[in-house]
Amino acid sequence: MSILGRPERLPTVAATTATDTRDENTMKFLALIYDPEGNNDFAPGSPEFEAYMGQWMALDEALKEAGVYVGGEALQPSSTATRVRVRGGKQETMDGPFAETKEQLGGYYVLDCKNLDEAIKYAAMIPVHETGTIEVRPLLDLSEMMDA
Amino acid sequence: MDRLQSDIAKLMRDDWGRLLAVLIGNLRDFQFAEDCLSDAFSSALEHWPRGYPRNPQGWLLQVARRKAISRLRRAATRTKARPDLAYLMALDAEEIESEHDIPDERLRLIFTACHPALDPKTRIALTLRTLCGLATPEIARAFLDKEATMAQRLARAKTKIAKAGIPYDVPGPQAWEPRLTSVLTVIYLIFNEGYSASTGEASIRGTLCDEAIRLARAVHSLCPTDPEVAGLLALLLLNHARSPARLDASGTTIPLELHDRTRWNHGHIREGLAILKTALRRGRPGPFQLQAAISAVHAEAADFEATRWDELALIYDRLVELVPTPVVALNRAVALSFAHGPALGLANLPEGLEHYQSFHAARADMLRRQGRTSDARDAYDQALALTRNEADRLFLEKRRDALI
Repeated sequence: MSILGRPERLPTVAATTATDTRDENTMKFLALIYDPEGNNDFAPGSPEFEAYMGQWMALDEALKEAGVYVGGEALQPSSTATRVRVRGGKQETMDGPFAETKEQLGGYYVLDCKNLDEAIKYAAMIPVHETGTIEVRPLLDLSEMMDA
Repeated sequence: MDRLQSDIAKLMRDDWGRLLAVLIGNLRDFQFAEDCLSDAFSSALEHWPRGYPRNPQGWLLQVARRKAISRLRRAATRTKARPDLAYLMALDAEEIESEHDIPDERLRLIFTACHPALDPKTRIALTLRTLCGLATPEIARAFLDKEATMAQRLARAKTKIAKAGIPYDVPGPQAWEPRLTSVLTVIYLIFNEGYSASTGEASIRGTLCDEAIRLARAVHSLCPTDPEVAGLLALLLLNHARSPARLDASGTTIPLELHDRTRWNHGHIREGLAILKTALRRGRPGPFQLQAAISAVHAEAADFEATRWDELALIYDRLVELVPTPVVALNRAVALSFAHGPALGLANLPEGLEHYQSFHAARADMLRRQGRTSDARDAYDQALALTRNEADRLFLEKRRDALI
């Protein structure tokens, strides 16, 4: 099934898109990065560490180059987490980690993409793709609700 | 009046998907487009008794767009839908002279409905609803779901498409292969849902097979040079050709070896063989082409004894390389058992299918042919314990009780 590299089958479709000529608006997506902790705990300065960080830097570069990068950060491990809630006016705090699952939220990106396909394409480039899971969700556009 | 109603029903069957595909392109909203098209069909029932339009498809499309315009106008005061409105009014000003002025955008529709970000079952249901125009209760019956559950599933899918940024487009070449595979798999599953008849009503089952063939034809006409698309169409035609011979008068499954081959649909066989031949000539065999080739070997045999089992075993060798699943391995073992004797078949039975009826049925048959009667009886009993389908149960009991 070597369909790749045979774009000559697509013009039939390109010709039909002429019926809708509206601008392609972009939308923002949040890519939540879940990964088993300890997976990539390489000693700073080691070749593994350098290689791993190099992948993240290359990704940041690629996202900025493509003009889709809005923001993104890595998190401290889940053992540093604190949960806060207010019940009956009383504030409660709980100490982490909250190990319901093996995979923990380790960081995020906000990406400005044409559509879900583009967001998925970049999410699949995040260096934890072999061990973890990326959840992609569109941000709610509040301006749309205000206009309504 | 009756004539008119059946004409309109036929239009709905044949053109629903094509008209809806264009409307979704215009409106970018699955549910809104569906509502407007339904309204247009209702208008047709009302207006056409006074005169049948010269170009019924164009009439329906235009009326559906006007329904959209008037709905948007009513809502325009409180939403920012105005650009849509201007765009639609510009479209409305264009005359649709004939059916040929309507672009064919069904490929966009099927690629969107089969988007990998949707659950596989949802893809099937949404494809049946949008492209085939099957009503929600019909789809629910096919899956033995409650109507409300299926309606919810469809509504959720349409919302996700609208909100999650799923594009209404055919993906670019780099994303083409996995997406096309998803489309072909959905069509194949729709066919199997109809063909295996494990559950549900017989009439809907037949409809599903026909719809799957229709879809495969549509995709094939849109991508005529893709060998796997052709392979799928050939496979469906060749398998469906055997349908008239698959059950006896009492509803018992008839095994392939006892089929009355004169009852096969030889028109479908000729067509399937021709399509497969062209596809294989492209030299890029994939799973659907290989499965079609297997079906073709059966179709070309005058009777069961004349089956080229050696050829089948070779095709299965290729298929098991591409699709290394236990079920394919099981079918390969069956082919080997006929090509080179039941002992080789038994030696090649895969592991991990102990919960699968066909595994025990195949094993029972090999043991029976080897003359190991008591082992065969045990295997038939194991198969029967896993059978949920009446036709298969009757057949397996018959085989077991015939053991001496």
